[in-house]
Amino acid sequence: MERSEEYIKNERKKEWRVELQKKTKAKDRMAIERVEMSEQDPNERIKSQRIEVNNGLTKEQAVKEAMRCMDCVNPTCMEGCPVSINIPKFIKNIERGEFGKAASVLKETSALPAVCGRVCPQEVQCEQKCFYVEKLNQPSVAIGHLERFAADWERESGEIAVPECAESNGVKVAVIGSGPSGLSFAGDMAKLGYDVTVFEALHEIGGVLKYGIPEFRLPNAVVDVEIDNLRQMGVKFVTNFIVGQTASLEDLKEEGYKAFYVGSGAGLPRFMNIPGENANGILSSNEYLTRVNLMGADSEESDTPVLRGKNVVVVGGGNTAMDSVRTAKRLGAENAMIVYRRSEEEMPARVEEVHHAKQEGVEFLTLTNPIEYIADENGRVKQVKVQKMELGEPDASGRRRPIPMEGSEYTIDATVVVVAVGVSPNPLIPNSVEGLEVSKWGTIEVVKDKMQSSIPEVFAGGDIVRGGATVILAMGDGRKAAANMDTYLKEKYLSQKVEQ
Amino acid sequence: MNKIVEKENFSEKVVKIVVEAPLIAKARKPGNFVIVRVGEKGERIPLTIAGADVKKGTITMIVQKMGVSSQKLCALEAGDYVTDLVGPLGKPTEIHNVGTVLCCGGGVGVAPLLPIVEGYKKAGNKVITVLAARNKDLLILEDEMRKHSDEVIIMTDDGSYGKKGLVTEGMEEVIQREKIDECITIGPAIMMKFCSLLTKKYEIPTMASLNSIMVDGTGMCGACRVTVDGKTKFTCVDGPEFDAHKIDFDEMMSRLGGYKSEEQDKMDHFQE
Repeated sequence: MERSEEYIKNERKKEWRVELQKKTKAKDRMAIERVEMSEQDPNERIKSQRIEVNNGLTKEQAVKEAMRCMDCVNPTCMEGCPVSINIPKFIKNIERGEFGKAASVLKETSALPAVCGRVCPQEVQCEQKCFYVEKLNQPSVAIGHLERFAADWERESGEIAVPECAESNGVKVAVIGSGPSGLSFAGDMAKLGYDVTVFEALHEIGGVLKYGIPEFRLPNAVVDVEIDNLRQMGVKFVTNFIVGQTASLEDLKEEGYKAFYVGSGAGLPRFMNIPGENANGILSSNEYLTRVNLMGADSEESDTPVLRGKNVVVVGGGNTAMDSVRTAKRLGAENAMIVYRRSEEEMPARVEEVHHAKQEGVEFLTLTNPIEYIADENGRVKQVKVQKMELGEPDASGRRRPIPMEGSEYTIDATVVVVAVGVSPNPLIPNSVEGLEVSKWGTIEVVKDKMQSSIPEVFAGGDIVRGGATVILAMGDGRKAAANMDTYLKEKYLSQKVEQ
Repeated sequence: MNKIVEKENFSEKVVKIVVEAPLIAKARKPGNFVIVRVGEKGERIPLTIAGADVKKGTITMIVQKMGVSSQKLCALEAGDYVTDLVGPLGKPTEIHNVGTVLCCGGGVGVAPLLPIVEGYKKAGNKVITVLAARNKDLLILEDEMRKHSDEVIIMTDDGSYGKKGLVTEGMEEVIQREKIDECITIGPAIMMKFCSLLTKKYEIPTMASLNSIMVDGTGMCGACRVTVDGKTKFTCVDGPEFDAHKIDFDEMMSRLGGYKSEEQDKMDHFQE
């Protein structure tokens, strides 16, 4: 399944590609300006959690943008993709108007193209490695927008192609967690002919794609279509099942499962351990977003309550912080504020998310850090005591270290505070599987590039290994694990079949 | 979807529900709990397990009508289905043979106490159980408790059954009478707080099982934060049982009311 250089070169030499390459001169391609994706009006979109911000590209926009791609001999963009999408091949299919084929190319290596087209940080991955950026110092081809276009076109066309799967080999494998990592793994294993079952603790499939990322960035319906595609490939899903609690790994082995992929995520929110943090009204971004995204608490019809407030403070500078503060805005906050201890430059959130948050009227209090929460007589937070910070020398992360400024403390009024300062690995699997080597941070130790844990039949990837990263890196781990588990299982159980 | 195979109204407010859940029935241990959701717009709520039948593949839950979600669950009848049921969750009770154990339950807290009483008895302990209720009608599981306890003391607020008085009065009588090696308390937060204060005075190791607000029940949301020995713990994955003498009960009680006005809004909407 891995793309050899030769394969990529041969694909590039196909007649239709050569024709396209000749059809338009490089100079003319370079003369086209990068497409701008249109957005919903900020004042309109903040009225609902379920209005998607980005509109996607029109056919005309997509074809024109696809023309910008130079179909490079050496497509460096692919080096930047954790799931090795054949980027020029899908883009050139868009250029020649074969949108369905473009979508099929995406699905060769990605289980979730419509998701990745929306939430991947392309600007630091494929797009950063684009010829335009590397050689011309110009804006890259809008690979992410084109990816979304192809995936959306296929979904909306109603003609969804199911990727080809090898003949069933009858070997059962279990996936623990139905987030992006587990889904990516499941897709690859199904293609290889394995009998794949995904176990999910929650009542919905999708993990962080459902409970974490808000619908204004990633509609649940989009995620469901991709999950349905996996179903059609033969992947089975079991909800409300916590491996290690509902049944142990040993129980599953008795059921015939030969190997396991743990993609249980970083579902344990971190707090700052500052005075007053357990007051009512202070909650983790996980709780806040889960109530709204998974449980639909923004709707009056939902039985799940959510806290609303005139003044909402969100602590943190990552994508989850942006998701939370923009959710607060949509829940009616007059003042939705980001409080972040470094400056905007160091924010880990995507530039696009920060930009969208600002458009929506979110206030940014940077170089500011909460040091204490003050509650009212009923135990509900009413004020956040913060301290101004200044930047010192770079720390281990390479970002300049924030240093508190003595005497700079002041208070901000807020009745809802969302803490989005990161997550730790979920302890359920590490605690329940004997012999599984775990780091001091609680992440599962794996052999790098193989994703194999200290127990040979247990592989792991995504945030349970990384401790908090992105959807696409989690997906990349899933693919790596699938390839290596395939080798492991073939050696162990299918060697005779292979010889035949 | 899990089928309700049996339902019994214990009182106007308290209902016993037996639900098909073969894997949970097999895996659950004393101290574990489950998360239940009723309806596609339903909330995820934590509930305790009062018992399980491995052969029949069922678990028993005793539910008190409180908010919208528990009302909806209690409105279901035998033959209906709960939309989602997941578990067993939380760490099981650490049961050893320690000698004499005092088990104290109040209200529907008696339900999760039952498997623990059974467990302590099976492990070879002498088990003295104190059950407390506002009145005779609200007392639950008396017969079952008698079956697994060496002695059962019943306390009611109004004296309509057993002795008149609070659970702590029944406890103190026992403590003064004989040596207690361990105590466990499950019930309303305020009751557990006073049980804990009492046993602290007598230096009896005591565990309390907490019923914090939760969403996922797997460590993900942190709604169930509780301060134990000055440190923040998650009831769902670190508990639900903690050293009672180290729990900040006042904070815990305040946190139970964290969504009070929002829950009231939901209730008003539900009743409309």
